[in-house]
Amino acid sequence: MNNNKINHSDDHSPGYGMNVLIWMSLLGLTALTVAIAGIDLGSYTLLVAMIIAAIKSILVINVFMHIKFDDLIFKVFLLVTLTILAVVFALTAFDVFYR
Amino acid sequence: MSTETVSHETHTHRDDYGAKIGMWLFLFTELLLFGGLFILYMAYRYQYSQEFHLAAKELDITMGTVNTMILLTSSLTMVLSIVALRKGNKLYSMLYLVLTKVFALGFMVIKYFEWSAKIHHGIYPGSETLADMSNGQVIFYGLYYTMTGLHGLHIIIGVVILAFMLSFIYRDKVTSDNYIKLENGGLYWHLVDLIWIFLFPLFYLLH
Repeated sequence: MNNNKINHSDDHSPGYGMNVLIWMSLLGLTALTVAIAGIDLGSYTLLVAMIIAAIKSILVINVFMHIKFDDLIFKVFLLVTLTILAVVFALTAFDVFYR
Repeated sequence: MSTETVSHETHTHRDDYGAKIGMWLFLFTELLLFGGLFILYMAYRYQYSQEFHLAAKELDITMGTVNTMILLTSSLTMVLSIVALRKGNKLYSMLYLVLTKVFALGFMVIKYFEWSAKIHHGIYPGSETLADMSNGQVIFYGLYYTMTGLHGLHIIIGVVILAFMLSFIYRDKVTSDNYIKLENGGLYWHLVDLIWIFLFPLFYLLH
């Protein structure tokens, strides 16, 4: 019975401090992306904004959503899904951009 | 391990691992649902680059930024609610959950004012003002209303789910020993936050 329960060893699960730290980083990155939006970076504006959003996502998924501390199967599932999404994005992009 | 009193619940089948995998599988379908809309955004933004920039000027960056901060903070309180419950602090767990809901409502209130202002300026699906605008601007606002609308719907659903969680914790259906429901509710809430992380720069930060 017990082996069906998730094994939360407390040394792996982030406590209050770690989560607050992640939250502060997320707020900082939000401020950064707003500040950068005010600067004209030409065609790099979108790229920079998306890189910052990706970094924020990595923080949320790994710590808030606990993926970093979960079993390998969760990571594999997530990777497969994101790869499918990326492939569809890439194929659509090739079609639209080089039409 | 279990200190629960011997009751009906103790004997019911429980599979936290399976529940979590199920939740993630559901989240993946959500990811693909929004992913499709993001693909539309990508294709149209490429086609109507100028019009998108022009249309985005109507959006209030301050309101968008405040909403981003609110949603990120609600994600923190959501996580803290789980941490508190795991440490056996039921009251704090409920308090953090209430805070999460307050932030969610705050998000929706700001969203309401944003949409009201747009609609007041005659910008809403099918309006005459919009009919006079270029194709690209119409598509921008169409995507804006669809994507932030669908996201807002998720926020409302999230608030309902969290209300159930609050009641579960209060009635000891979710405890420091059995909190997979709260964790899965949290996963849903973070997904909503995650989608906003991308919506915000794509709609509000176009200059």
